[in-house]
Amino acid sequence: MYVAVKGGERAIDNAHAWLAEERRGDPAVPELSVAQIREQMALAVNRVMAEGSLYDPDLAALAIKQARGDLIEAVFLIRAYRTTLPRIGASRPVDTGAMACDRRISATFKDAPGGQVLGPTFDYTHRLLDFALAAEGEPPVAATAPPDETPTPRITDFLGRDGLIQPEPATDAEPRDLTREPLEFPADRPLRLQSLTRGDEGFVLAMAYSTQRGYGRNHPFVGELRIGAVPVEMDIPELGFAIEIGEITLTECETVNQFAGSRTEPAQFTRGYGLVFGQTERKAISMALVDRALRWDELGEDDTGAPAQDAEFVLSHADNIQATGFLEHIKLPHYVDFQAELELVRKLRAEALASRREAAE
Amino acid sequence: MTDTAYNFAYLDEETKRMIRRAILKGIAIPGYQVPFASREMPMPYGWGTGGVQVTAACLTPGDRLKVIDQGADDTTNAVSIRKFFERTAGVATTERTAEATVIQTRHRIPETPLTGDQILVYQVPIPEPLRFLEPRETETRKMHELEEYGLMHVKLYEDIARHGHISTAYAYPVRVEGRYVMDPSPIPKFDNPKLSGNPAIQLFGAGREQRIYALPPFTEAVSLDFEDHPFEASKPDHPCDLCGAEGSYLDEVITDDRGGRMFVCSDTDFCAERRAAGHAGRLAAPYEETAA
Repeated sequence: MYVAVKGGERAIDNAHAWLAEERRGDPAVPELSVAQIREQMALAVNRVMAEGSLYDPDLAALAIKQARGDLIEAVFLIRAYRTTLPRIGASRPVDTGAMACDRRISATFKDAPGGQVLGPTFDYTHRLLDFALAAEGEPPVAATAPPDETPTPRITDFLGRDGLIQPEPATDAEPRDLTREPLEFPADRPLRLQSLTRGDEGFVLAMAYSTQRGYGRNHPFVGELRIGAVPVEMDIPELGFAIEIGEITLTECETVNQFAGSRTEPAQFTRGYGLVFGQTERKAISMALVDRALRWDELGEDDTGAPAQDAEFVLSHADNIQATGFLEHIKLPHYVDFQAELELVRKLRAEALASRREAAE
Repeated sequence: MTDTAYNFAYLDEETKRMIRRAILKGIAIPGYQVPFASREMPMPYGWGTGGVQVTAACLTPGDRLKVIDQGADDTTNAVSIRKFFERTAGVATTERTAEATVIQTRHRIPETPLTGDQILVYQVPIPEPLRFLEPRETETRKMHELEEYGLMHVKLYEDIARHGHISTAYAYPVRVEGRYVMDPSPIPKFDNPKLSGNPAIQLFGAGREQRIYALPPFTEAVSLDFEDHPFEASKPDHPCDLCGAEGSYLDEVITDDRGGRMFVCSDTDFCAERRAAGHAGRLAAPYEETAA
């Protein structure tokens, strides 16, 4: 005998309790602290801050702990929290040219003022599992040097001085805000960049990779990649001047891309731009490539039909919180729709079988 | 019970005002999809965030809320959304259609006729009825602007040519007051006639897709069809095995591994009330209060 299912509420409560237990894991193993995650899982924390669009390493670390290391779930927690925060105001644009760089490399010039600084990178590590890490111990102390006070001007500024790279028009216009207005197309570049910087790292990477393999190729060089801290300043109306309210770490990538020109227009390089919270190098480079691919129209290039050139395609699918929500919602009950389809299929089958029978007679 | 850390019904008043503006615009232009700045909610996109935002914008402390999913109050996501509003708005809730002032629904319209004092809020996954014919938003908006609905009729015609029937069983498109073609959300086409001329306000919220649209009271919504292939609101050809209702939409339940099955009302409140009133179906057990 069928009894209408009751108890959804208790099932949910029990599921949550079980989840909390699983999150803790074996109680014989010491619990992770939020500070441990913040300090030792820093790149995961950076990714959560970047895709969560909220610069707060402690909250990102807490979200990672709560999400059992599922970074998209952690991003979701941060986004849902972020959306409840009041907007006090807007900062001044940060000056990445004045960044205190931990890392600064250029693939286009062997050397430039400010020098090449490798910084804490995996780049030239051999990817051999370091079993010494399994035994806990302190790493050897890294060499230090007094900070280099030389300014590190942007590489593209050198090209710009000679007119070799297309200038980006400066504007004081207030950009539209992706988080406060519905996304509508055509989306201008500030909006596209907002979408890309919070977009899923895997998605943006795959889009960028596709351009390298010929789907909207744009011949990028990493003109410059820099990672470091920049001060955030805000105008305080009561004071009448700007004060520094904090410091954030950013990764910025400028690519130098294929040039365009004609007999009358002198040839110039063009650029793609990536700017992401935290040390998030893969994402910043990917972002620059995709940004450049999306600029085909303004730069007078052909639309080759490549996915990375299609702003509506890229922006509509870059957000992993939207994507994962919609993907996973198909777990929810669909009895009603399915019943409607079931009945239709039965009807179509009955008619087809009847006409087959008729034909046989 | 109310979480004081959050505003009444979770969203801040500015956000609610923005949503209410979109709702009013939607009511002023029935069937038109109004873009709105959908917020990240503490539940996933695709799980009713649009409906939740519309409900949050409509609720007042005096309201009585009912939440259903697949017609039932006790499906897990309906429980979760009802709990969310109990916690953040502290409003009264009910499972009885007639007692509710706001009903949030996924995939069904209640069997009990609604009144002019009620708001029905639909959760919408894909608000664009033309989406599966044309994936680009820029194109579909243009098609709506120009009332360019030929593609939809061609699709319905092709269904008939291929299968002998229109092969859309749910989310069956309607034309609103002779103007906009609208997606009624994935309700079974059985429910489509209830959309039209309904005294309640019907609001549709799509969170991920950032759209709100509406059917004001007594708005005409005609299911698309052809003269020689008229629309038919179909349902499984059985009465409810619990309450014996002939005209309600049914869920099919597999009861054993030898092909045994039964059909029961998908609207659990409707079914329980009929049983309480003494109606009984083929497999009805004596009615108990808790079996609703």
